[in-house]
Amino acid sequence: MSAAERSLRGRAAIVGVAESSLGEVGPGISSLDLIGQATVRALADAGLSKSDVDGLFTHSAFFAQPVITTAEYLGIRPRFADGTATGGSSFVGHLWHAAAAIEAGLCEVALIVYGSTQRSHGGGLVASGAALTRSWEAPYGPRMPASSYALAAARHMHEFGTTREQLAEVAVAARQWAKLNPVAFVQDDLTVDDVLSSRMVSSPLTVRDCCLVTDGGGAVIVTSAERARDLPKPPAYILGAGEATWHMNISQMPDLTTTAAQESGRRAYDIAGVGPEDIDLVELYDAFTINPILFLEDLGFCAKGEGGAFVSDGAIAPGGSLPVNTNGGGLSYCHPGMYGILLVIEAVRQLRGEAGARQVDRHSLALAHGNGGTLSSQVTAILGDESTL
Amino acid sequence: MTDNVHTDVESLSPETAPGTVFDRYAAEGVLAYQSCASCRQAVFPPRVLCPSCGSDDLDWLPSGGRGTVYSATVIAPRGKEPYTVALIDLDEGFRMMSTVTTGDDRPVAIDDSVTVSFRSSEAEPPLPVFAVEAGR
Repeated sequence: MSAAERSLRGRAAIVGVAESSLGEVGPGISSLDLIGQATVRALADAGLSKSDVDGLFTHSAFFAQPVITTAEYLGIRPRFADGTATGGSSFVGHLWHAAAAIEAGLCEVALIVYGSTQRSHGGGLVASGAALTRSWEAPYGPRMPASSYALAAARHMHEFGTTREQLAEVAVAARQWAKLNPVAFVQDDLTVDDVLSSRMVSSPLTVRDCCLVTDGGGAVIVTSAERARDLPKPPAYILGAGEATWHMNISQMPDLTTTAAQESGRRAYDIAGVGPEDIDLVELYDAFTINPILFLEDLGFCAKGEGGAFVSDGAIAPGGSLPVNTNGGGLSYCHPGMYGILLVIEAVRQLRGEAGARQVDRHSLALAHGNGGTLSSQVTAILGDESTL
Repeated sequence: MTDNVHTDVESLSPETAPGTVFDRYAAEGVLAYQSCASCRQAVFPPRVLCPSCGSDDLDWLPSGGRGTVYSATVIAPRGKEPYTVALIDLDEGFRMMSTVTTGDDRPVAIDDSVTVSFRSSEAEPPLPVFAVEAGR
């Protein structure tokens, strides 16, 4: 860890956040329309104008060149642009890249944005370019990405005795949070038995162990801590972050029960000068129910192998010992192909105390963790209010 | 067929492309993998450099085709026969995705011992697949 990287602690802050329309937006509305809508709302939240934006950060599976397609639609000519594409974790990575770019004077106001009409486009996961490179997995018919996570879940169960009931607890907790979030896509009752008896997608994961397929998008505005103090909303300071990538394909993941979140989390904690015991709330990329179990272990909230027990008995549900995925997560709130931007937005709202019925009591320090690919890219960010500087 | 193809960049041609070499061995019923001449790391999928040490001096070796199931998942598409997708740890030290059959209605289990065979089709190169060894 370099001194230069450590010096980024608290130097930039999130000053505006917004979601676009979510759920199923219907025919005729494009991904770019959602990007535009989220941008307008996030700028209003920040008290800034589009003309203030001189840095653009985005990724999408809908466009071959997401940054320039988005820049054209929004009418932004960015002085600094970053299209880092690490799947759903991209937008958490963009946060740290924006902090570094602002500190270096490469831009002053950064827009991080995403929009997807994946559900209205037929419900499949949009993937670009993959067919041009030979896959050593596809000939065997894995149902991707679910089968990758299923293989990790099966191995975790084998090594540590994790149960399908414990996996289901993650989905049930997410649903309980979703019931407190008016814009969550599903709000029906959900029990452990419901999860277990649902259609098996790729064993041991049923359809209720898998995230939603929805439309949706969001935008996040980042600027310097100095400028943030002059803006209307309480700044959410970027205290530290870490990015780690150990593989792309699940067959190349060295140990299916240990993710690169171990490395990304260690670096984020180191820069922020905090540990898991200090964190008030956690937003984890829950593409599948095994994810929060793995990430809670790898990010130090419990020992390796104890994630299943940790999430049991409502411990991560409303009123539990650790608030996790307080918006209902990708499992019950919204999962528009890539979810990373939305977990950052929720962390900021919780830090500000704006989360309504799902607001957690202690909300000074939040951990937002993005996952991309097949447990491949892991990005951890630690955000805090004024008291944590 | 050459037993020892060096995939250095200067000589890379369609004939020696790592994926092509793998397919040629597969056509002869051999599951081939690369071994780094520098650090002896077993390398799969085929490529032009060792992902461990960076050397481009890779030897092709035949695998014995025996390994152990590291993890497995069953996929049951609507209206079709269920099938198992597994990760296999080959005895030589590399891992690959494949499908595994048991020969009966027992499910594939982690730690099962498995042996390779090749599934042929007209359109694609022969595909390495695995079966659980009798008396596992």
